[in-house]
Amino acid sequence: MINSIWAWFTDPVNWQGEDGIPHRTLQHLEYTAMAVLLAAVIAIPLGLWVGHTGRARWLVSLANSVRAVPTLGLLLAATLWLGAYIQSDLAFTLPSILVLGLLAIPPLLAGTYAGIEAVPPAARDAALGVGMTSGQVLRQVEVPNGLPLFMSGLRSAVLQVVATATVAAFVGLGGLGRFLIDGIALGDYPQTAGGAILVAVLAVVLDGVFALVQRGVVSPGLSGRRVGGRGKDSRSVSVEADRSSTDAPTPVAPA
Amino acid sequence: MIRFDAVTKQFPGGTVAVDELTLTAPTGKITVLVGPSGCGKTTSLRMVNRMIEPTRGTITLDGQDTGRMNQADLRRGMGYVIQHAGLFPHRTVLDNIGTVPRLLGWDKKKTRDTSRELLERVGLAPELGERYPAQLSGGQQQRVGVARALAADPPVMLMDEPFSAVDPVVREQLQDEFLRLQGELGKTIIFVTHDIDEAIKLGDQVAVLRVGGRLAQVAEPAYLLAHPADDFVADFVGRDRGYRALGFQEAPRLSLHSEPTVVLGERPEPTDAGWLLVVDDDRHPLGWVEPRRIGDRPVAEADLHRGGTVAREHGSLRAALDAALSAPSRRGVVVDGGGVLSGTVLAHEVLNAIETTERPQRDESDPVHGGAAALRGDEDTP
Amino acid sequence: MTWLADNWNTVLTLTWRSLYLAGIPLVLGFVVSIPLGWMASRWSRTYPAIITTTGLLYTIPSLAMFVMMPVLLGTKILDPVNVIVAMTIYTVALLARTVADGLNAVPDDIAQAATAMGYRGARRLFGVELPLAAPVVAAGLRVAAVSNVSIVSVATLIGVSQLGDLLVDGYNRVIWGELLSGIIACVLLALAFDAVIVLGTRAVTPWLRVQAARA
Repeated sequence: MINSIWAWFTDPVNWQGEDGIPHRTLQHLEYTAMAVLLAAVIAIPLGLWVGHTGRARWLVSLANSVRAVPTLGLLLAATLWLGAYIQSDLAFTLPSILVLGLLAIPPLLAGTYAGIEAVPPAARDAALGVGMTSGQVLRQVEVPNGLPLFMSGLRSAVLQVVATATVAAFVGLGGLGRFLIDGIALGDYPQTAGGAILVAVLAVVLDGVFALVQRGVVSPGLSGRRVGGRGKDSRSVSVEADRSSTDAPTPVAPA
Repeated sequence: MIRFDAVTKQFPGGTVAVDELTLTAPTGKITVLVGPSGCGKTTSLRMVNRMIEPTRGTITLDGQDTGRMNQADLRRGMGYVIQHAGLFPHRTVLDNIGTVPRLLGWDKKKTRDTSRELLERVGLAPELGERYPAQLSGGQQQRVGVARALAADPPVMLMDEPFSAVDPVVREQLQDEFLRLQGELGKTIIFVTHDIDEAIKLGDQVAVLRVGGRLAQVAEPAYLLAHPADDFVADFVGRDRGYRALGFQEAPRLSLHSEPTVVLGERPEPTDAGWLLVVDDDRHPLGWVEPRRIGDRPVAEADLHRGGTVAREHGSLRAALDAALSAPSRRGVVVDGGGVLSGTVLAHEVLNAIETTERPQRDESDPVHGGAAALRGDEDTP
Repeated sequence: MTWLADNWNTVLTLTWRSLYLAGIPLVLGFVVSIPLGWMASRWSRTYPAIITTTGLLYTIPSLAMFVMMPVLLGTKILDPVNVIVAMTIYTVALLARTVADGLNAVPDDIAQAATAMGYRGARRLFGVELPLAAPVVAAGLRVAAVSNVSIVSVATLIGVSQLGDLLVDGYNRVIWGELLSGIIACVLLALAFDAVIVLGTRAVTPWLRVQAARA
């Protein structure tokens, strides 16, 4: 069996054209980017507002409860419903992208909101006390301190979308999921397995990239990296902060 | 100068946190707000920089109504130190210190230089500048908090239990250094604490508040100890009032006895005395030894009894009394300004001096504010 | 909804299948994650290795995981065992970290007091540390349970029959009643799992109830 999978990978036909691996990978990335951006436009401002003002926390709980809905069900329902109103080929992609965006909102919202909430109250009080305006407190103190949890939420969101986009091939979306779905339909196991491996690799690589971004963007004072020499005075930050920076993102329901 | 004029704070539920507070915090002095939990001391402090807005009454800063000023500008002109320092975890120590200069738009070099200077001033090693707050101990973080408050050289400092969250040894060091700093800088400070001893130690003026936010008494520490306005203040100030009050009274010219000494490392002269004072080559006292145990041989460091404290010639009566009480020989060691031995004094001589010393006069007309009249007097121009 | 009334039995059967296809991995995964999480918390040098590995496994999309099982296990693609094993791996991946973090959050002095009294090893773990870590672990369990119910519905695509069938069939034949019934059934099942876990946690942590009552 492994041989036939290897054969599929090494067959040059599979690397060319619209149905080839590179194109499908690109498509998958495009859909992911679109969905995450869509979710970000809604979730980030909302999360910042809820975290900064402390109001409407129920929004976060509401968003979290969306996880109880089966992703496959959402995809199918959305395609069936919206597809009737769209004429072109978009009927296959637009409903899926909308659902992908919707599913990315809970982790992103939770991450943004939790990040702002995690700012130490003493630091926030001091920020106001030294004369920062509300906007300055948000930009200079709350956002930088909220980055670890935000990045964690962002990574969860990206993984969620990558995973669900794979399943969305069932309702006509392109991307790497096509190999899986088509392979199952045709009984072509090497294609199915090949697609599965590609998706897995893509997910892992993408997460790795974000992990590096996180390391680059989050202040060392928060992430626990050793700074400033050795000796008893140099010690790394507590495990609490470290949680957000290890490689595993906050769990969410992948599909 | 900061003046509270019948300031009241009532929270929406009905709780009155501060009730008609009228108080003047004189320029260049430390005014301590002290009292039990629920007395409104922190609320009062936070009304000065409008972290909390008063319900009634006005607070004026050098004659100007703070309620009419721009909030951010007001706060940038005041140093603000809180209990757990509130340092920004994502910025280095130097960047934390430079927060207000940054907000005011100073150029980077000036900010950096000032920050470095302040780091040293609060007694921290320069290497700590590039560290992050999480890598510092509690005491170190607190010092950085003070440095941050000083960065833009504000004339006013608001301090809310800044030394409460550290252990007693560190706390005493911080208090002593704070007094030293204030001696150099002379800022107008409002300081909140729940610890009456800290209040008496640090304050030029102490305001005692009772639960419900009413002013019980405002006075200089010596006056407070000598003439508590009512039972609540008397209880709050606590025991040992007499003894603690001695800390504020300068010892009058005490007649000192000359004391035979031996220099460390030399042989003692033969003597009948039970105890002999050991000094160094510059006649700084080091401790006491028992001649009969030394005999003929040179005095070594291991022989020293260090139990006795040392009093300065024009220091407080309390120090003089303590020197006499704590010395193994019962003769209190007194030194001059340079630390050189002046002589010794006996406990009963100090007690005699105490009995002849005058206590502060009680102001019969205004028990609550009487003790602060001297500080307030020269500030009465609005 | 007439469809639901007409097909009640089918729905029940499929719900039962979803229940055990989601539930068994939950239990298995939980059981496996305890020693793993304990190792990661006890020997902190192993923490990064264990958590990174499980994190990596969690990153792999579920459909891909289902499909790769035949290669690893030698089963046929239609075999429900694929689903159970894959989902157990997910549950372990999620819970190992939760258990580790929950155990790490138990205050040091309590653990040391327990040791001083003579509790060691497994007895300490089960008698002291796990109960105290229960709230954190329970939160992870709830996420795992809800995830599992959602993931398991995807198994229809590889031919394993459960509630997902209603979704796919409803879609293919455009029967809204069926599609919606499927969605609602999944949601209800997820909520039921959640409720059971919450109640179970409360039963196991009576001291928290007292604290809450006093507050």
